[in-house]
Amino acid sequence: MSATQTPRMRAVRATPDSHDFPTRPYDLVKEFVIALAVVSLLTVVLAAAFSSPDERAISLADWASAAPNDVVATATSELAGTSTSASYGAPYNHAADGQKLFFLSLQKWAGVRQPVDSANDLVVHPLQSVTGDGGLSSALDAWTSASADQRTTWATAYADALAKAPDGDPTQVTSGDFGPVPVMATAFLALARSGGLEQIITRESFYSADQTRQLLLLNDGTYIEDQARARNLGGDQWGMMNEVGNYPGQPWMWLYTFWYQVDPFKSSDNADALVWGLMMLLTVGLALVPFIPGLRSLPEKIPVHRLVWKDYYRRHNL
Amino acid sequence: MSTPGRPAPLHPSGSWTVGLRDRLSRTVPAGQALPDRQPAYVASWIYVFGVLTLAALVVVIATGLVLSIEGAVWWHISDTGRFVNSLHLWSVEVFFAVMVVHLWGKFWMAAWRGDRALTWITGVLCFVGSIGTAFTGYLSQSNFDSQWISGQAKDGLNAVGIGAFFNVLDPAQMLLWHVVLLPLVVGVVVLWHIVLVRRHGVVPPIDAPEPPITTAIPPTPEGVLS
Repeated sequence: MSATQTPRMRAVRATPDSHDFPTRPYDLVKEFVIALAVVSLLTVVLAAAFSSPDERAISLADWASAAPNDVVATATSELAGTSTSASYGAPYNHAADGQKLFFLSLQKWAGVRQPVDSANDLVVHPLQSVTGDGGLSSALDAWTSASADQRTTWATAYADALAKAPDGDPTQVTSGDFGPVPVMATAFLALARSGGLEQIITRESFYSADQTRQLLLLNDGTYIEDQARARNLGGDQWGMMNEVGNYPGQPWMWLYTFWYQVDPFKSSDNADALVWGLMMLLTVGLALVPFIPGLRSLPEKIPVHRLVWKDYYRRHNL
Repeated sequence: MSTPGRPAPLHPSGSWTVGLRDRLSRTVPAGQALPDRQPAYVASWIYVFGVLTLAALVVVIATGLVLSIEGAVWWHISDTGRFVNSLHLWSVEVFFAVMVVHLWGKFWMAAWRGDRALTWITGVLCFVGSIGTAFTGYLSQSNFDSQWISGQAKDGLNAVGIGAFFNVLDPAQMLLWHVVLLPLVVGVVVLWHIVLVRRHGVVPPIDAPEPPITTAIPPTPEGVLS
């Protein structure tokens, strides 16, 4: 070996060129065709035996029918500015700074690119589309002419009263100074029941491809989470990798889901940012395994490779 | 312009076409793009999982193409559509299963040795890109599952700023990523990975000494797929 060789050159030369080894006949195309036939057959058998899950999406009318008190509570929280979406921050609004990855405010820096005004976009504007309801019109006039502080006071007081009522039932709320909020929340429930709320909420007038607002509204309530948890899809039930029923879902996301089950991630206010940061780091680490001392040598120290090349080692007495 | 009285050179210097042709011919050694011989040490079932991954990817793409002919709603309202969707789902499950075995096999073979680091890196990119592609598929189902997954996934993506540009609550955007952008990226990286595999050949056994001369050995009873 030349004295001028660098350590890298020596490392490269430690692995012989594969083209210099003895060979034997091999049919690459035949192998691929057989593999394709095997995979196709296996797929057909699995599809025929197990089909695929397709549980119908929850409509806002379904939600209003199954959990009317949750719809009223959610509408009230949107008006009070206390719902998840109303207090979210980027990319929907400026209500909060969002999560941080240590000192990096990536969520805030990305900006508000899908603006959503939860009170107006999800509740007030849809209610303004309702015609022929004098009581609602008066309530909306009172709402829009009131100061922001007054609106918040009314909505917060009503939200607190709903929380104290048995099962959050609006008919059992004790009296208080709620302004027009009870009328608006009740009208919102009726609008949701009518089945037209999805189309009214959407940004487009006809083609409603973007479901951001509808999904934010649905997720501001508790009904969808109750349904998901009943199907073992909650975040603390490894939900991101699970599928409804007994289908395998996305098992390849087990590691991502795993971090949400353990501290310090599961108890952190920045859990999502921390888990994402960790997963990006691990992904880069996986890609760079050939350059990481110790890790790149692991296969040489743990002799799993002797199973792969047992014939070669036997023939060459290695 | 050639000099009068002298023939024009066969390959004019500076020809982009000749340059590209030479580059392509140097990328994979002659006869190695579709080889009919392999090193004798390639004799284990673990090698099958690479070609199985490729075969499963072909089935995934083929079933996805059939689904795209009738559109995003077809599989909700048609038994045939439901069956094709089932084929698509299960081919994806098979694809990931064999790909993970392939990945672990290559790890324990330290398959990045001998200047094959880029082959490993492109393989990891295929794996990560496939996860993203499958994820957007789950978001494009337009059923309860996609409602729930998108609501949960938005928080992770928003927390690191990705959600501002990649909106999981917009199934139209997710469907386009699923059927166009990500398959294109994965397809290109898979092609790159395969070219690198053919260029460098199958990594020799760990601690294998330099072979004296290249000799062919007769076929073994193990035959194809071994």
